[in-house]
Amino acid sequence: MSKFLIPLFAFLLLVAVFVVGLTMDPSRIPSPLLENPAPVFSLPSLQDPAVEVGSANYANSMALVNIWATWCAGCRQEHGFLLELAREGDIPIFGLNWRDNRPDALQWLQTLGDPYIASAFDVDGRVGIDWGAYGAPETFLVDRNGVVIHKHIAPLNREIWERDFVPLIRAREGVE
Amino acid sequence: MTPRRQRMWAVGLAVAGIALAATFTLRAMKDNMMFFIPVSDVVAGEFPENRNFRVGGLVVDGSVHREPGSLEMEFRVTDLRCELPVRYTGVLPDLFREGQGVVAHGRIGAAGDFEADTILAKHDENYMAPEVAESLAEHVSEKTAGLAAGSAECETQ
Amino acid sequence: MIPELGHFALILALSLALCQGVLPLIGAHRNDAALMSVARTAAQGQFFFVALAFACLTWSFLQSDFSVAYVANHSQLALPTVYKVSAVWGAHEGSLLLWILIMSAWTVAVGRYSHRLPEDFTSRVIAVLGLLSVGFLLFTLFTSNPFLRLDIVPQDGADLNPLLQDPGLAIHPPILYVGYVGFSVAFAFAIAAMLSGNLDQEWAKWTRPWTTAAWCFLTVGIALGSWWAYYELGWGGWWFWDPVENASFMPWLMGTALIHSLAVTEKRGLFKSWTLLLAISAFSLSLLGTFLVRSGILVSVHAFATDPARGFFILAFLGIVIIGALILYAIRAPELDSAAGFKLLSRETFLLLNNILLVIAAAVVFYGTLMPLLYDVLKLGKISIGPPWFEFAMLLPMLPLVLLLGVGMHSAWRMQPHKALAKKLRMPALVAVVAGILIPGLLYGRFGVMVSIGTAAAVWIMVSALIEPVRSWRRAEGATAISRSMLGMSVAHFGVGFFALGITLVSAFTVETDQAMRKDGSVEVAGYSFELRELRNVEGANYQAIEGRVEIRRDGELIGEVLPQKRQYIVQKNWMTEAGIDAHWNRDLFIALGDQLGNDTWSVRVQYKPMIRFIWLGAFIMALGGLIAISDRRYRSPA
Repeated sequence: MSKFLIPLFAFLLLVAVFVVGLTMDPSRIPSPLLENPAPVFSLPSLQDPAVEVGSANYANSMALVNIWATWCAGCRQEHGFLLELAREGDIPIFGLNWRDNRPDALQWLQTLGDPYIASAFDVDGRVGIDWGAYGAPETFLVDRNGVVIHKHIAPLNREIWERDFVPLIRAREGVE
Repeated sequence: MTPRRQRMWAVGLAVAGIALAATFTLRAMKDNMMFFIPVSDVVAGEFPENRNFRVGGLVVDGSVHREPGSLEMEFRVTDLRCELPVRYTGVLPDLFREGQGVVAHGRIGAAGDFEADTILAKHDENYMAPEVAESLAEHVSEKTAGLAAGSAECETQ
Repeated sequence: MIPELGHFALILALSLALCQGVLPLIGAHRNDAALMSVARTAAQGQFFFVALAFACLTWSFLQSDFSVAYVANHSQLALPTVYKVSAVWGAHEGSLLLWILIMSAWTVAVGRYSHRLPEDFTSRVIAVLGLLSVGFLLFTLFTSNPFLRLDIVPQDGADLNPLLQDPGLAIHPPILYVGYVGFSVAFAFAIAAMLSGNLDQEWAKWTRPWTTAAWCFLTVGIALGSWWAYYELGWGGWWFWDPVENASFMPWLMGTALIHSLAVTEKRGLFKSWTLLLAISAFSLSLLGTFLVRSGILVSVHAFATDPARGFFILAFLGIVIIGALILYAIRAPELDSAAGFKLLSRETFLLLNNILLVIAAAVVFYGTLMPLLYDVLKLGKISIGPPWFEFAMLLPMLPLVLLLGVGMHSAWRMQPHKALAKKLRMPALVAVVAGILIPGLLYGRFGVMVSIGTAAAVWIMVSALIEPVRSWRRAEGATAISRSMLGMSVAHFGVGFFALGITLVSAFTVETDQAMRKDGSVEVAGYSFELRELRNVEGANYQAIEGRVEIRRDGELIGEVLPQKRQYIVQKNWMTEAGIDAHWNRDLFIALGDQLGNDTWSVRVQYKPMIRFIWLGAFIMALGGLIAISDRRYRSPA
C-alpha cells in the first residue's frame, strides 16, 4: 500500500471521531424527565405575589411550559412566535419566569405582549432546576396526565413547532 | 564517514530525540489532564488524591461567605444530590452567582474541603458547562421522583 | 425589500459559483478556450452578487431593521454605529457571509494577477475556488441564512454581545479571515497542479506570493486576537490554548511550513510531495477550525452559538473537500520526481527540519485540542488539558526550531562548508549567550536557566537575522543590494526573535496579585504603587459602569492614571470587566476590578507585565517581513 494513502486514512479516522462527538452533543442529552411526571409546583405569580400559580393551572390539559427571562436573548427571539401560538389558541402556554427581576419581567410582558395563561415568578430558580433547565429559553410539552413528552432547548419557531411538537400533540390527542 | 553513514546517524539521533520528547510529552499530558469529577463522587471519596481536578455544579443559595474586606471566600457546590464545600482566595469571574453553574479547579485539602486555585467563568448567562449540565441531569429526575418517594441520599465516604 | 434582495443575490451568487466551479474544469480538460474563459467572468459575477448581499445585510443593520432575525438578535437602537457595522460579522450567519465575500475577493484577485500562468491552470484554480464557494453558499442558504425575517417585529433588538463591542474585536475577524480563506488559494493551486499532473518549479514560484500574503494576514489576525483577549478578556493573559485560538494557530504553523517548503520546491525542485501535502493541510486546518468553532463539539468561551445540525453539514463539506484532495494526493504524489540531492549540512536539510518541527508543533496543538473530545467519545472521562501541558509540549519542537533558525538562514543550497558557517555565526552566538545572562539579570534582577535559554535563543535569532542586511548596507551599496526577498526573510525572522523575547520575559517576570483595595489605600506590585482615588458611576451608550480612578506611582512620583471599570450592559445584563492598562514599550501595568467587598473596598487583580508588547510587535514585524518579500521584483516583471 502506498505510504501516500496514510494522510487519507488518518483523516477518515478523525472524521469518525467527529461524527461520534457530534452525536454526543450535550444539548442533545435527552431530558431525564421525558416520559416522566412533570414537577408539581406552586409559586407566586409574576403579576401579583399574593396569587399562587403553578402546575394546577394546566392540569388535565396538554400544555406548553416555557422557561424565560428578560436577560435571555433567545427568549426575545421566540417571543413573537409564542404570541402567535397564543393567538391561535390551540394549546395553553404557561410561563415560568426564571431568575429574573419582577419589574423588568412585567415591563417586558407589557411592551412585547403576554402569551401566557399565567406566569410564575421563580426568582431563585429552584423550580427551574426541578425541570432540569440549564438555561433559557426552554420549552416543555406536557400531556393531559402531567407527563413531560418533549423538551426543546433553544428558541422556538414555526418550523420547529411543526416538526417536533405538532406530531406529538396529534398522536396524543388521537389517543383519547 | 560516508555521506550515507552520516545520514543514518543523523536520522537515528533524530528518531531517538523524538522518541524521548514524545515520552516526556505523554507523561506531561497525564499530569496535566484535569478530570471533571461530579460532586457526588468527590463526596463519596472517589477523586484523584494529591492532584488537581475540576468539580462543578450549582452554587448553593446562601452558601457564599466572604470575610469582610478579604479575598478569602467559601461556598458550597451541589449536583442536586450532594454538596461540597469549596474554599477560594482571589478575584471571582464576572458570572459567578448563587444558584448558577460554576466550575472550579483545584484539589481536596487536608480538611476535606475543595481548595480551588481557579474559578472558571461561564461563557454567558444562558448555558452552563456541559459537564456540569450532565452531572445535574443525572440527579434531577431522582429529585423529582423524590417528591413522591424518599429522596436519594448523599453517600459520604 | 432589501433583505429579500440580499437573499436573492446570494442565490444568484450560488448559480454563478456553480458555473465557475464546473465549466472551467471541463474546459481545462478539453482544452476548450471558451469554457475556460468562463472562470474569470463567473468569479467576478459571483463577487458582485456576494458583495451586494453583504451590502444589503449591512444596510439592514444601519437601518436597525429588526424585522430581520439576525439584526434583531445582534443589534440594538442604542448600539454605536461602528458596532452596527461590525455586528454584521459578529455572529455565525454574518461571519459566514464575510467568509464567502473574502473568498470571492481572493478569487477575483487570482483571476486578475494570473495572466502569466497557463490558461488551463488558472481555470482549474478558479474552478476549485468556485466549488469551495458553492459549498459555503449552500451551507449559508440552507442552514445559516442571515436574511430570515421575523413574523412579529420587536421594538428593539437584543444587542450585540458586549464582548464584541470593541474596536480590536471588530477588525479581528475580517483580517483573520483574509488569512484563513487566503490559504484556499494555495490549496486551489495544489489541486490544479494535481489535476494537470504538472508540479514544477514554476508552479512553486507562482504559489509563493499568494501563500505569503495569506500568511501575513493570518499572522496579524492572530496577533490582534491575542492583544484583544489581553485587554478585554483574560485578566492579563494573552494566550489561553483555547480550542478556538488553537484552531487559528494550527493553520498558521502549517502555513509557515508551507512558505518555506515552497521556497525549496521553487529553488531546487525538491520537497514536492511535502509542499503538496502542506498546501492541502493548511487550508484543511482552516476548514477544520471553522468546524470546531461552529459545531458545538468543543466548549470554549469563544465558540459561536452551537448547533449540531450545522456541525454535521460542515463536517460533510469538510470531509468531501479534504478526502477529495487526499485521494488526488495519493494518486499523484508517487509520480512526482525530484532529481537533485543535497548534503547533510545544507539549506535543504535545515528547511526539511523546519518542515518537520513545524508539523510536530501543529500536531502537538492538534493532539491537545482534540484529546478531551477523544476521551469523551471513548467514555474515558471528561478532561481538559491546561496551558502548562501545551507550553511544555510546544517547547520541545520550538526550541530546536529557534536554534536551527539562526543557522539555517545562512546556509547555502546543496552544500554549506561548515567552517565558513561557524565563522559567520560566532558573533551572534556570543552576543546571544551574553544577552541571555545579562538581560534577565540586569533588567530584572534574577537569573534562571529557562529564562536565559529563552533570551539567548531570541537574541540569537535577532542578531543572526540582521547579519545579511547589515553587511549589505555596509557594502555602501545601500539597501538595494539586498533583494527584497532576502530583506523580507531577515525582517520576518527578526520578528520571530522579537516575539520570542517578549514571551520569554513575560513568562518569567510577570508579577500578579489579587488583593483588596480600599479607597485611598494602595497596593504595591513590582515597585509600583497603585492607589484607588475615586469610585464613581458612569454611563456609556448602552451600558452603565462603576469606574475607579487609580493613580500609579513609582518612587513616589505619579507616572500614570488608569480607569478600570465594571460594566453592565443594559439589554443583555452581562457584567464585563474593563481593565485599566498603563502601557509602555517595555512593560504594561494592568489592574482589573474584581468584586465589591465593602463600601469603598474592591478586590482587584494587579499585574506587572514586562515586555508584553514585544509579543504583538514581533508578530507585526513578521508580517511586515512577509509583505516585503512579496513585493520582490521577480513577481512584478513585465509580462
